[in-house]
Amino acid sequence: MEYLRAFITGAIICGLSQILIDKTKLTPARILVTYVVLGVVLTGFGLYQPIVDWGGAGATVPLLGFGYSLAKGVIEGIAQSGLIGVLTGGVTGAAGGIAAAVVFGFLVALVFKPKSKS
Amino acid sequence: MHVSKDEYDALLKQKSPNSPILKDILWAAVIGGLICTAGQGILNLYKMAGLPEKDAATATSITLIFLGALLTGLGWYDKLAKHAGAGTIVPITGFSNAVVAPALEFKSEGLVLGMAAKMFTIAGPVLVYGISASVVYGLVVYVFHLA
Repeated sequence: MEYLRAFITGAIICGLSQILIDKTKLTPARILVTYVVLGVVLTGFGLYQPIVDWGGAGATVPLLGFGYSLAKGVIEGIAQSGLIGVLTGGVTGAAGGIAAAVVFGFLVALVFKPKSKS
Repeated sequence: MHVSKDEYDALLKQKSPNSPILKDILWAAVIGGLICTAGQGILNLYKMAGLPEKDAATATSITLIFLGALLTGLGWYDKLAKHAGAGTIVPITGFSNAVVAPALEFKSEGLVLGMAAKMFTIAGPVLVYGISASVVYGLVVYVFHLA
C-alpha cells in the first residue's frame, strides 16, 4: 500500500510536469528551478507535509522534495541558531543531496566517456 | 488527392499531436512513479537497517543521485529520458542527470572550466533559486516568529 501511494504520488507529479512541458514549452532547467522553489513555497504554507505524509518517497523523490528539504532545514536552523539559521538551515537540510550530486557527478564525469548523441 | 471524410478523420487521428501527448504523459507518469516506488523501497531498506527517519531520507536521496549519475555515465538514463520525458527529469535522479550530462559533454574542454563548470549549468540555477527561496522563507519565519 505504501508502495502504491508512492507510485501514485510520483506518477501524478511527473504526469502533470509532462503536461507542463508539452503545453508550455518550458525547458527542463526551468521546470527544475520552478519545482525547487515551489517545493519551498508549498512547504512554507504547510501544504507539502501532508503530501509527504501520504505519498512518502512519491513526494520526496521529485525535485519538489528538494525544496521541501531546504524549507524544513531552515526551520530547524532557526530553532537551533536563530538568525544565522536563516542562512545556514536550508543548505544544511539539503547538504547530503548537494554533496552527493557534486561528488558522484564529478566522479562519473571523470570516469566515463561522453556518449554520441543519437 | 481525394479522401473521404472517414479516411480524413483516420488520417487526422493518426497525425494529431494529441495522441503523442497522451502517450508522453503516460510514459512520464509510469516511469516517474516507478522511480518514486524504487525510492520508497530504498528508504524502507535504510529504515530496516536501523537508520533514523531523517538519515534514511538523506541516504535515499544520496543513493538515487548516485544511481542517476551512474546510469547517465553508462548512457542508459538519456535513452530512457527520450521516452519518459518529465518522468526522468523531475525525480532527483534527473537532477543528477542534469549534473553529469553536460559535464561529460564538455569534458574535452578541460577539467576545470569544461567539466567542472558545466556540472552547474542546470544545478547552479536550481541551487541559486532553491537556496534563495529558503532564505526568504526563513526570514519571513524569523521576523514574524512563525516557528
